[in-house]
This record gives sequence, structure tokens and C-alpha cells, in this order.
Amino acid sequence: MKVLVAVKRVVDYNVKVRVKADNSGVDLANVKMSMNPFCEIAVEEAVRLKEKGVASEIVVVSIGPTAAQEQLRTALALGADRAVLVESADELNSLAVAKLLKAVVDKEQPQLIILGKQAIDSDNNQTGQMLGALTGYAQGTFASKVEVSGDKVSVTREIDGGLQTVALNLPAIVTTDLRLNEPRYASLPNIMKAKKKPLEVLTPDALGVATSSTLKTLKVEAPAARSAGIKVKSVAELVEKLKNEAKVI
Amino acid sequence: MAILVIAEHNNVVLGTATLNTVAAARAIGGDIHVLVAGAGCGAVGEAAAKIEGVSKVLVADDAAYAHQLPENVAPLVAEQAKSYSHVLAPATTNGKNYLPRVAALLDVDQISEIIAVESPDTFKRPIYAGNAIATVQSSAPIKVITVRTTGFDAVNATGGSAAVEAIGGAGDAGKSAFVGEELATSDRPELTAAKIVVSGGRGMQNGENFKYLYSLADKLGAAVGASRAAVDAGFVPNDMQVGQTGKIVAPQLYIAVGISGAIQHLAGMKDSKVIVAINKDEEAPIFQVADYGLVGDLFEVVPELERLI
Repeated sequence: MKVLVAVKRVVDYNVKVRVKADNSGVDLANVKMSMNPFCEIAVEEAVRLKEKGVASEIVVVSIGPTAAQEQLRTALALGADRAVLVESADELNSLAVAKLLKAVVDKEQPQLIILGKQAIDSDNNQTGQMLGALTGYAQGTFASKVEVSGDKVSVTREIDGGLQTVALNLPAIVTTDLRLNEPRYASLPNIMKAKKKPLEVLTPDALGVATSSTLKTLKVEAPAARSAGIKVKSVAELVEKLKNEAKVI
Repeated sequence: MAILVIAEHNNVVLGTATLNTVAAARAIGGDIHVLVAGAGCGAVGEAAAKIEGVSKVLVADDAAYAHQLPENVAPLVAEQAKSYSHVLAPATTNGKNYLPRVAALLDVDQISEIIAVESPDTFKRPIYAGNAIATVQSSAPIKVITVRTTGFDAVNATGGSAAVEAIGGAGDAGKSAFVGEELATSDRPELTAAKIVVSGGRGMQNGENFKYLYSLADKLGAAVGASRAAVDAGFVPNDMQVGQTGKIVAPQLYIAVGISGAIQHLAGMKDSKVIVAINKDEEAPIFQVADYGLVGDLFEVVPELERLI
């Protein structure tokens, strides 16, 4: 079966981001960008499904700026077969991304669609679920285990109290949680080979999708800083402070 | 203008996250209705009717809603949502699961994990693992919102006397089925609702050593949490994880033991009132956010702390 994986180019998770002085957003000039960590897990899961003989083809798709081709090439180096970039200079909201992905799904007709559970920049945790609504497919969010058998996929999900397992009819959508797998690194020969794999570039217009949004970001601020704390010398001093100064125990 | 709040529950007990979500609804202002979708959830409906400030409770009692599968619940919520200006759900794994599906069915953007209400159409929410706070304005006809429960103080669970109305929905969409669940059992308070949280990290060395934290937590009436490192190393189950990808907590007192304080962990606990760090590495980033830091060996400090409290 064909598997479609969505990946996003985001600021690297190790970067300590700074808010711009004019409060218009976060300063992303000259900041290291990478594939969103949850998307890496999604690519890895697709590659493992291919290695098990469950998946026959992996198509990786990204929606974003021209530079997102780097992340698509990374996914190709990890084992995806071909890539699609829906190029958009504007920063799009989850609903617009889900609509663009729906258009790609209509074109590609995958049986399984894997996304990360959330992007670490917007922290929205929406796109997979929205794509579920738009396609009418079932969704297995926050997956820590995925097993395809016949025309169903069994997904073990991380929920607040523990784990839950659901059975979904294919085609279905899965969003990955951290413990689904440990993503591999791309080897140098595979990075070289990935340069020759096909990468198709589309536009929202070509897909006939309007990307306007009802959301407007008025400002972006740094969170309130915590006032500097103190180091205590002993456990007795700590207990005394907690009882008499902070009054929390 | 009326607001629909979707109740968090397990068919038997109303989840406290519902009370924080009603608090966010009150900050927006307007008539507040609560929707309880479940199976055999009559008691939850009655509990919801007693919440302070709620004027009506809608109960959709159907086997299809037993486990709140989003394929079944989202169409129900979307249908009801059409008569409201706002639809709110707590940002629990449940709320995060079905609400974006509702938003897309209504063809509106969703606003995730708000921490403050500026006005009925303007909200604050954290982005970049809590390293920035965005103020967003929505012009959508129906505002679909998940609420970060630690951002709003819970309203009283009693004092209200709302009317309860039974409603129906489309039932089972036939796309998904519940197979089973494995819930971690604990006698300690729930992590996201606890007044005190004691968390362990990689410095605990193994799962066995968490007994020191359980023992301290029992003395304090605290919940026990963990960093991702401790979960990934298999010391404790993943529902104990505090952080950007785990649970967000904001207790009165957070005691971080053997936790270095990575950005992703801080995202889950830095709104705690008082933070205590116990770590043998005095350069650990956790000390930059800790109100009280103690540099020392946790295996000596924690038992002594328990003894002195």
C-alpha cells in the first residue's frame, strides 16, 4: 500500500528562540532549521512499514517555503521514495495545511497517512485531526504503536491515564507520539542518492485551495521571566524556607 | 452569545478539567452550556448541572460515544456547535483528539491551549514550547478553542442548578472501534490537579529508586512526575511525563529531583508557583528557574527532606 507522510520545516528543537523587539513574532533569521521531531518519527514509521513489506511506496509531502526542500531531501535520504512540496511563502494555519494535504491525498490516494502529533513551533496539535475531518478517514492520534493487518490498522495511543488501543478502517490517519520509534540517521550514500529522487513542486493555486485564515496574530511576547531564585546550603534551610518564606508546605 | 463547553469524563466521574474550562468560558462571558457525550453517563450529566455558572447541560447518551472516538463525537459536537459562538474543550488528550476534527467540520480555524482570555475574540496562547506567548484574534463565526487547564482556576463544582436535556446524534460512524485500554493505577493525586508535584529525572538512575520520591510524595500529599529522560529510560510509565510533549502542570510547589531542566521539560512546569531543584550539577539549567536550589546528592537529600518535613 501507499503511505503518505507529512513533514514540516521548523526551528531546530535545541534552539532557544528569541522574541523580536517589535513583538511581531519570533526571530528566525540565521537560526538553524530542521525537520520537526515528530515528523522524523512519522518518516521512520513509514520506512519501517516498507521494510516489513507492508508499504510499497512512501510519498513525503511538505507545505512551506522553497527551503523546505531540504527537509524533503532528508526524508528521501531516510527511505521515502518521492517528495511533493506545496510551496507557500506565507505561514499557513493548520486548517489551510489540512486542506492542502487533502488535495494531495485526493491526488495520491494513499492508504495510510502519517503525521507528527504536533509541530514544535506552533504547538497546535491540529493538522492530522483536521485532515481526518476533511477526508472522512478515521484517526489514530498520539500513536505509540501501529500495526496494519488486512484492511484495518490497530493503533495504540498515549492518553492521559495510560494507553488506549483502537482499530481503524483503512484508509486512515495516524499521528505520531514520541515513543512510537527511534528515528534513524541518514547515511552519506543515502543522502547522495536522495538528490536523484523525484521532488515535485506544486502551489496552493494549482491545487485549487484557498489558504486564507480567520486567525490574526496581534503580538508575540516573551513569557514573564521568573525572578532569580536562591541556592540553599542545607536541607534544613530548604525546609525552613518552604515553610516560612514560600509557605507551600 | 452562548458558549458550549465539552465535558471531560470517563462515563462515571466528571473530570476536573471541565471546571477549568468553564472558568475560561466565564472569562469570555455569556450563557454557558455543557455537553456530555458518553454511554451510561447520567451521573456525569447531573454533576455537570451542579457546576457554578452553567445554565444548561446537554447529554448525548449512546454506546457510540462510550470511548469518545473522534469519528463519532466530532460530528455530534459540530452539529450542536452551530448554535453557539464559542466551543471550548479542555486541552486533555481527549479534547486535543476530537476538537480539531470539529473545527475542520465547521470549516473554522482552531485556537489551541489558550492560557488567557483578552476579549471574546482575542486569546493568549504559548508557542515554541512556552518560550513565546502569542496574542491571537479570531474572526471565525464559531470560535473553537482548547483550554490549557493550568491557565484558569477551576470554578466551584457545586452551587449551580442547570437544566439537563437529553440529545441524540448520528451515532457510530462505523470507521473506528475501541479495542482496549491499559490505565496506570495510582492512589496519589492526579498529576495535573495536584498542589504539590515531585518529579524525577535521569538522575534517579533506575525505576527502583523512584521509591524515594513516592515516599516523599506520600508525606507531602503530592503527585509524582518525571522528565522525558526518565520515561524513555523505562524508569516510569509515560503518563507521568511532564513537559511540552507530556503533561502541563502548574502546582503550588514543584520539586525537580535529578532533572537537568531541558527546554521541553520547562515548558511543562515553569508556571509552578514555587520551584525547588535538587541536583548535584550546579550548572544544571533547572537552577535558572528554581526559586530554591540545593546542590547535592539526591540519595542523601531526598530522605533527609522527608524526615524534616
